[in-house]
Amino acid sequence: MQDTAPKPATTPTRITGGVGDPSPHDSAHKHVAGTAIYTDDIPEPPGTLHIALGLSTRAHAEVLALDFSQVHAASGVVAVFTAADIPGRNDVSPIGKSDDPVFATGLVEHYGQSLFAVAATSMLAARRAARLADVIYKDKPAILTVDEAMDAKSFLSDPYTFGIGDPDAALAAAPHRLKGRVRMGGQEHFYLEGQVALAIPGEDGDVTVHSSTQHPTEIQHSVAHVLGLPFNAVTVEVRRMGGGFGGKETQGNLPAAVAALVAAKTGRPAKLRYDRDDDFEVTGKRHDFRIDYDVGFDAGGRILGITFEQAARCGMSFDLSMAICDRAMFHADNCYFLPNVRITSYRCKTNTVSNTAFRGFGGPQGMAGIERVMEAIAAKLGKDPLAVRRANFYAAKGKSAGSGRSLTPYHMEIEDCIIGELTDELVRTSGYEKRRAGIRAWNAKSPILKRGISLTPVKFGISFTNTLMNQAGALLHLYTDGSLHLNHGGTEMGQGLFQKVAQVVAEEFQCDLSNVKITATRTDKVPNTSPTAASSGSDLNGMAAREAARTIKMRLAEMLAVEAGTDVEAVRFIPGRIIAGRRTFTLPEAAALAHARRISLSSTGYYATPKIHWDRASGKGRPFFYFAYGAAVTESAIDTLTGENRMLRVDILHDAGRSLNPAIDLGQIEGGFIQGAGWLTTEELVWDGKGRLSTHAPSTYKIPACSDRPPVMNMSLWHGENSEDTIYRSKAVGEPPLMLGISALLALSDAVASVGGYAGDAALDAPATPERVLMAVQALKTRVAAG
Amino acid sequence: MSNIHVTTTVNGDVMEFLCEPDESLMDALRDRLSLTGVKEGCGSGDCGACSVTVDGRLVCSCLVLAAEAEGCKITTVEGLAKGDKLHPLQQKFLEHAALQCGICTPGFLVASKALLDRNPNPTEHEIRYWLAGNLCRCTGYDKIVRAVVDAAAELRRTA
Repeated sequence: MQDTAPKPATTPTRITGGVGDPSPHDSAHKHVAGTAIYTDDIPEPPGTLHIALGLSTRAHAEVLALDFSQVHAASGVVAVFTAADIPGRNDVSPIGKSDDPVFATGLVEHYGQSLFAVAATSMLAARRAARLADVIYKDKPAILTVDEAMDAKSFLSDPYTFGIGDPDAALAAAPHRLKGRVRMGGQEHFYLEGQVALAIPGEDGDVTVHSSTQHPTEIQHSVAHVLGLPFNAVTVEVRRMGGGFGGKETQGNLPAAVAALVAAKTGRPAKLRYDRDDDFEVTGKRHDFRIDYDVGFDAGGRILGITFEQAARCGMSFDLSMAICDRAMFHADNCYFLPNVRITSYRCKTNTVSNTAFRGFGGPQGMAGIERVMEAIAAKLGKDPLAVRRANFYAAKGKSAGSGRSLTPYHMEIEDCIIGELTDELVRTSGYEKRRAGIRAWNAKSPILKRGISLTPVKFGISFTNTLMNQAGALLHLYTDGSLHLNHGGTEMGQGLFQKVAQVVAEEFQCDLSNVKITATRTDKVPNTSPTAASSGSDLNGMAAREAARTIKMRLAEMLAVEAGTDVEAVRFIPGRIIAGRRTFTLPEAAALAHARRISLSSTGYYATPKIHWDRASGKGRPFFYFAYGAAVTESAIDTLTGENRMLRVDILHDAGRSLNPAIDLGQIEGGFIQGAGWLTTEELVWDGKGRLSTHAPSTYKIPACSDRPPVMNMSLWHGENSEDTIYRSKAVGEPPLMLGISALLALSDAVASVGGYAGDAALDAPATPERVLMAVQALKTRVAAG
Repeated sequence: MSNIHVTTTVNGDVMEFLCEPDESLMDALRDRLSLTGVKEGCGSGDCGACSVTVDGRLVCSCLVLAAEAEGCKITTVEGLAKGDKLHPLQQKFLEHAALQCGICTPGFLVASKALLDRNPNPTEHEIRYWLAGNLCRCTGYDKIVRAVVDAAAELRRTA
């Protein structure tokens, strides 16, 4: 300890890696060195068994008999497990609906459903043997598509509706009216690390599960339910995932539960890692939607009344479909004020894999619906779609009170709308107006190749719409050498959450980031957590970690005030130092002193998002704490003879509030855009007539590749802070940028429309594969020829 | 089936292992030599996460039999750095934030090195198409391409 006055000359003016610092991902060095440990890289304990699932080869059928004699006879097989072996509940449903069996019994409801598990001495042996079971089925009629489900009224629940005003009267009175149907496909997550879990049996029947999951607590609950154990007998750990995107919010429950079952039954460690083709078949995907709209508008393109009927393919069980379909409804308005609106949602039950969370969680589908409406209105009126969009924007921040143009279809007032000024800036920086005119002139001279351009905005609601999930916990230790050990309920899937939260703690203590140890998420450190989802990771866990840090800081401050004979208010944490009156301490000195004075150096932190509430029955409330905004301009080209197409240039301006880490946020924006563009252009899920997914590997399911990257990508962060009191006034950035990809679809649509001399709406459905672009071109040519 | 004895040079070190006749090089590197920087993304040669070089040639190690590695020189991501000093490609990926979840990163680095070994001054277009066999689901490839361009320039400066 030194008893000296502060020496400004030797005190750093800024810590390394504080809030706002564009420091690299915490694991970046390990990533490039190849030393980062993912679940499948954990050294397998001796005797580890490998597991493969036996999967249904029918979409809907009674299971009359299962014969495992050939499976048992196969090389390396140790045991086969069915529902009869489950000591607890045969269910891994995330919401307690008991409709997601670990192993189907008597009835299979989708092709690829889990029927049994084979445990063997090697992964290959298990996978080979799992194909040898003799299953006798009796087929039942299968409902595979949204159209079939709508015709048969096959729903998970009753249709749900909310809205404001009187849309029927407004539609009847509107000078212009259009009806249309928009279709958009689903999307496979294609996290590059597939689903995987390693279960290690412990004392007293306890089990530890290493799982690649966004939701360790739910893995814990699923395993406990299946094994018939209390939650405190199950510990779940995840250090990092090789991508998640929502695909590891609930879909890890099954492999974890099966691995734990095998471990419990055999007393040996057990690992289940899906083969990529199995992963495609077994796990849920983004919901495909059919959206019907009926819109009335004035000569300026301003919407007077509108109805949406959203029909989503949910698959064979609930999973998270109710909340996903709700969020599609919450985003049916996107950035636009709809004075008279009714949104109705149909949750279709089909004999396909149960669809699940995927970045945006229904929001992208709702948003794509109204963006197509904007395009249709513009085509009808012969206007630039951008002019129609601007005419319909919600009232701007600061001007919403009394504007009469700030109420959402769910009765929440929009008070933070910056989309107008954000769009203005992007129009300017991207040269939109001039380029659009140039493209039209170019198209007039280019008979085969055609270009298109589109600017689309995004407004995305931040918070779980299930209010109780908006809470988080953290655990922070300060050791006597001054080093910090950080843990929280959030999980790391590449989005840089661990880094951002560590930056918050470094900022609080005014110590370098290197002093904060980031540790794996574990259910025995921070309990009862929410999933890392809904873009909420840094908002929730950053705040919880800050609370923990402030608790420890306050204890230190109170102690140092006594030591220095000053007031606690006079204790300040400055870069690398703590000032207490006339004395100065380093963090290690303060920590060691606190220990000597018998003061706790460990604290939990807790945060619950304020202000939010939602009453689903009345369709009213404030489901979102705030909104994140962004806009993108995409320019694309198509070949009208083949449908081949590519992006030429993308300009993005996105709102991350006061960014916690601009480098990480720009990465989210870039990746989100490309993932959204992939959903709407190249990524096509094809099921055959028997309900089998034909595109079950990257050989046939095409996510964007490096060659698809537009040659010009300009990405910027909006300079503004969150008007709500979030962690350092930042905004969530995980999901919103995905919806910037809608501009990629509509740029193609604009290019297609050129074929008809821009006389009509191209009505290009998604995914706009080359085939679909070609068909749209042909349809337009036919329409033009027919006059 | 009896195991096969393989002698090979991995990242400069002579190594021996026993493998099954139908075992992939990827599995042998991961499970027998603990080189878990080699990642399995698809197991069908479509994603590039398991990229290694065999006698300088870029391959998906999931499509190569371990037994074929007999007498070959193999380089994995673990062999790019010299001790604690990262290869310029690794350093530039880190500096450009050209990674997120990181599981595709080893494959991108090995593939990028194979490109720069044969073409020290590739155009951006050549980089984009060379790396089209490596899938990344997190980034939009923008920072990856920039990192490779930057690393190539650095390597040319120091060559």
